Amino acid sequence: MKRLINQAPAAPWRLALGLLPFVLVLLVYLSVSANRLAENPDDPLLPSIAAMADTFADVATEPNRRTGELTLWVDTSASLIRLGLGVGIAMAIGLVVGVLTGLIPYANRTFSPFVSVLSMIPPLAVLPILFIALGVGEVAKVALIVFGIAPFIMRDIQQRVEELPRELLVKAQTLGANTWQIILRLVLPQVMPRLLDATRLALGSAWLFLIASEAIAATEGLGYRIFLVRRYLDMELILPYVMWITLLAFLADAILRLIVRVVFPWYRARRS
Amino acid sequence: MSGFKRPFRSYLTAAALSAATLAGSFAAPQALAEERDSFKIAWSIYVGWMPWGYGEAEGIVDKWADKYDIEIDVVQINDYIESINLYTAGSYDGVTVTNMDALTIPAAGGVDSTALIMGDFSNGNDGVVLKGTDKLEDIEGKSVHLVELSVSHYLLARALESVDMSERDVKVVNTSDADIVAAFSSPDVEAVVTWNPQLGELKKQGEASVVFDSSEIPGEIMDLLVVNTETLEDNPKLGKALTGAWYEIMSSMRGDSEAAVEARTAMAEAAGTDLAGYEAQLDSTSMFYDPANAVSFLESDTPAETMESVRQFAFKHGLLGERADSPDFVGIEFADGSVLGSESNVKFRFNADYTRMARDGEL
Repeated sequence: MKRLINQAPAAPWRLALGLLPFVLVLLVYLSVSANRLAENPDDPLLPSIAAMADTFADVATEPNRRTGELTLWVDTSASLIRLGLGVGIAMAIGLVVGVLTGLIPYANRTFSPFVSVLSMIPPLAVLPILFIALGVGEVAKVALIVFGIAPFIMRDIQQRVEELPRELLVKAQTLGANTWQIILRLVLPQVMPRLLDATRLALGSAWLFLIASEAIAATEGLGYRIFLVRRYLDMELILPYVMWITLLAFLADAILRLIVRVVFPWYRARRS
Repeated sequence: MSGFKRPFRSYLTAAALSAATLAGSFAAPQALAEERDSFKIAWSIYVGWMPWGYGEAEGIVDKWADKYDIEIDVVQINDYIESINLYTAGSYDGVTVTNMDALTIPAAGGVDSTALIMGDFSNGNDGVVLKGTDKLEDIEGKSVHLVELSVSHYLLARALESVDMSERDVKVVNTSDADIVAAFSSPDVEAVVTWNPQLGELKKQGEASVVFDSSEIPGEIMDLLVVNTETLEDNPKLGKALTGAWYEIMSSMRGDSEAAVEARTAMAEAAGTDLAGYEAQLDSTSMFYDPANAVSFLESDTPAETMESVRQFAFKHGLLGERADSPDFVGIEFADGSVLGSESNVKFRFNADYTRMARDGEL
């Protein structure tokens, strides 16, 4: 008798089972949408797949009636630049502060409690302050992303540095390395893959803060567009945009994973 | 072992059932043509709609519903846009909404809607605010913060028209109404368009001056109670009960009697302000306390002229949807039966029948 926990699907089933939830959701959507559209052909809530595809193709290739720009690409590049800047700055701050507080007791005593408290502040709650301090332009949006994810990365890197085997640090010192050399030759190579991993986990929050900041004051961006057309319930545009954002987020995650695998092959090997 | 299988199967059944229920709740758009005896109306916080909350709390709505032997549930929705979306999706039979949003959200979305009650029009409740200057012309080249595609955006377009400018002369930045006061404190924000109570907050700030407001385009921003046309046609009792209740609330809040002051105080508290603050907002709102005034407004040329400029604005900004190839796409019917736009796709109707009954004391 095989227990459920010992039964695994055979090869052809794995793919099918993985696809099953997607197919189910699609089928439910199609039937419900067809149902509503039969009642009211203009129903905005659950548009047909064809209508969504048309709208998406339109925003990707047709110049906007009002601004003359290709909406999708303007939005995507604006959002990706904000996201890239925010995540990049957060990574840099996180790495520097994390390594210092993890390795140097004086830095730890000085900054660690501050970082812990800082990371407890819900970034969205201080948005009005960010506005007044930094204005409502790009700086505030990038700052919201940095403020939202940098504390998390700092604490993760600090813990990773603290977990470094004591023996390694002692051995480096007996070989005559000073603090700077230990950071460069020992600590950084050890925490770099961890930094990328932490960034992957923080990306979800980064997108959240990006969309939130664009919902508040913006002239373009993926989140801006969604909140704009939400006013007139334009699901034909909102649903494809959500899928597009999901795809971009998935790609960003995949790229970071690939970098870890190619540049730090030892990292995965050791973990498995 | 078989004992372990059963719960697993029941999980599957439960999951399938909940998926089906979820599907069902979306699949059943109401507005099925039929006589019903229970209705739901959604309203949101705004100076001209506070009477609905008061009428519900004081039992005036229930009294009129009982008179016609139906039930009416008046529900407050915290987010204005969400309340319209719920109505458009079919969860409510009626909603409080402005004329522009009624055209661009439910009507453009194919939900045939009737403006049952003409509650008021904005008479200074919406305004264009500039920092450091009191001349509208100085807006040229500035970033203007406002809720894009809202009544504020429309007001900006009308303001720019009045000084021979267009939207190309400014840069519009979409800013949420909840954050607009905070945004205005930021040094790089020099121009905003907003409505009360935010407008009142901005006026308190020294360097702010209102350079254009809705009193310069009287009657164009109307605050309505809109109900589903089919539901109303099948259930005239709903129209009678709502109209009767509305004008009873109107007469109970008007004037200087103790009861009226008490009614306004209750509305002020529900709106999160005090009596003085609420009355200041009422001063910039032109309420139709008397059904006779509402009827003559509905029968005048104003609604048709206003809807002409509103639909042009809506079309130019793509608010009528992708399928609209001209502003004529959605037909708008007025109190005298005339139609603006497509006669075969009338989705927004102004109705004076019930207000007339109220005027003639026939409810």
